[in-house]
Amino acid sequence: MSPLLFWPFALLMLMFGVAVVINRNPVASALSLVVSFLGLAALFMSLDAYFIGIIQVLVYAGAVMVLFLFIIMLLDLRAEEGRQVNWLALIGGIAVALALLAQILYVIHNLKSAHQAFPPLARSTFDDVRNVGLLLFGSYNLPFQIIGVLVLVATIGVVLLSRREPR
Amino acid sequence: MVTLGDYLIVSGILFAIGFAGVMVRRNLIVILMSLELMLNAANLSLVAFSRFHVQPSGLPDYNAQVFVFFIITVAAAEVAVGLAILVALYRARQTTDVKDITSLKF
Repeated sequence: MSPLLFWPFALLMLMFGVAVVINRNPVASALSLVVSFLGLAALFMSLDAYFIGIIQVLVYAGAVMVLFLFIIMLLDLRAEEGRQVNWLALIGGIAVALALLAQILYVIHNLKSAHQAFPPLARSTFDDVRNVGLLLFGSYNLPFQIIGVLVLVATIGVVLLSRREPR
Repeated sequence: MVTLGDYLIVSGILFAIGFAGVMVRRNLIVILMSLELMLNAANLSLVAFSRFHVQPSGLPDYNAQVFVFFIITVAAAEVAVGLAILVALYRARQTTDVKDITSLKF
C-alpha cells in the first residue's frame, strides 16, 4: 500500500496500456499487454488480494496472451503499413474517450469515500485462497456451476467455429 | 498515503485507454486486446472497493473478489470465442481490418 510501490506499478501499467493501443505491430501490442497485466497483478497484490493477483498472472499473462500470440502467428499478421489515417475518426474517437474519462474523474472526485485512506486489516490475508474458495463453493455455488457450463459451451463453440466446412 | 480515489482514477484512465483503443483502432485483434484492458479496469475498481470495505471480522469483502474471479473466467471464454470468430472471418475474407467488413453497412 506504500506510494513508492503503487505509483511505479500504476504508471508501468498505464504506459504499456497506451503502448497496446498505439503500436502498429500486433505482436508488440500483445507483448505490451503482458507487461500491463503484470503491473495490474502487482496492484492487486498491493490491495492484499493475492489470489486474484496470481490468477491474473496465470490466466491473462499466461493463457490469454499465448492465445493472442498464437492467433497472430497463425494468421501471419504484419504491421499495418502506412494505410491512410482517417483523422476525423481518430480525433473523434480520442475526444469521446476523453469525455468518458472526464465524467469518470468527476464522479470519483465527488465520491466522499474516495478521499479516505484504506482502513487497516485486522488479520493477514495470506490465506485468501481459502476465504475466496469458501465463498465460491458456498454462497456462490450455483453461479460457479453456471460458469462451468459457460466454459463448456465456449469450448464447443470454438471447436465448431474453427472447424473447416465439410464438403 | 494512497487513497481509494487513486486506485479508482488509475482504473478510470485504464478504462479510457481501452475505450479509445476500441474506437480508434481498426485491427480486430487490437480491438479485442483493448476490450481486455477495459475488463481489467473494472476488476481493479472491484478489488479496490473490496479492500476498502473491511468486514467486522477484519478481512476485506471477499464478495467482490469472487466477482472478479467470475469476470476473469468469462473474459477468458470471450477471448477464445472472439479469436475463433476472427479465424473464421480471416478464412472467409483474408482480412482482420474492420474497414473491409462492410456487408451489413447500409
